[in-house]
Amino acid sequence: MDRAPIPIRPVNSRHPAFEYFSTKKDELVGWARKFSLFPYPFVTACCAMEFMAVSSTPYDTDRFGAALPRFSPRQSDLLMVVGTITHKQAPVLLKVYEQMCEPKWVMAFGACATSGGFYQNYAAVAGIDKIIPVDIYVPGCPPRPETVIDAIMKLQDRIARAHHPIVTETF
Amino acid sequence: MHAAILETMKERMLPEGGEACVSHRTLVLTVPPECVFDAARRLKAEFAFDLFLDVTAVDWLGQTPRFEVVYHFYSTSHKIRVRLKTRVPETDPVVDSLVALYGAAGFMERECHDMYGIVFRGNPDLRPILLYEGFEGHPLRKDYPKRREQPLVAFRK
Repeated sequence: MDRAPIPIRPVNSRHPAFEYFSTKKDELVGWARKFSLFPYPFVTACCAMEFMAVSSTPYDTDRFGAALPRFSPRQSDLLMVVGTITHKQAPVLLKVYEQMCEPKWVMAFGACATSGGFYQNYAAVAGIDKIIPVDIYVPGCPPRPETVIDAIMKLQDRIARAHHPIVTETF
Repeated sequence: MHAAILETMKERMLPEGGEACVSHRTLVLTVPPECVFDAARRLKAEFAFDLFLDVTAVDWLGQTPRFEVVYHFYSTSHKIRVRLKTRVPETDPVVDSLVALYGAAGFMERECHDMYGIVFRGNPDLRPILLYEGFEGHPLRKDYPKRREQPLVAFRK
């Protein structure tokens, strides 16, 4: 008795329903950008320990696509300022920020980068937002890794909801 | 052992117009500023204080002379420390540099010059080491305003 062969593949695998989908440009670009944050760690002080903890296996920011540090500001999207910024160092930070290509975001990691922390003297800048615009602040001295992950997720949400112009007036 | 060495030094090291005492098992020598170089030379040559540990200053605001320059030396063979102090006035805060005796003194004298404005006569390079060019004043002096900042880049509005 002949049995008809079981069709393993769809009769017509190039059916148009599987070939196209529609979405909004901003959603698509935002989705792509939020999972490919290449951080530039501008690490100056003791918060570096916590930065290493949050990057390595137990907490693993790679789950959010934000673990591959680019040690050139020109290849990175997220400037993570980890630690105290002194007045002597402020020109360096400004130059690094200006070298980053758009789109770019800045995270102030820890109390010192956020507000100067307990340093209120001749040496320390009272918060990096006096020099460069900051997108997200992470409190703590140093911050818990959960706080950093929360900040990354909040930044991702903001990127996903933002308007992403592909062509602007200046480009 | 320590006590014996320190007592011997106390007798032999004391220059004209100097004082000496033993504090926390460290010999403390107080000498006039013009005797600092000679005292350090003798410490190195006669008592084997071969390691220069630090030079810093104390700002006794309101006293004259105002500044006290403090040196620490260590002997790696005797395993004892000695502290050498001298007072310099605010109008002329000058002491002789010890770079000729200890090369390591160069950077520490630069730091002390940054923070207190002590001038080390004979140091070949007294540029700022921790501060930057253009910084006015000396931030660890007691009359430096606590909140005074001297930013290098303009703050954002």
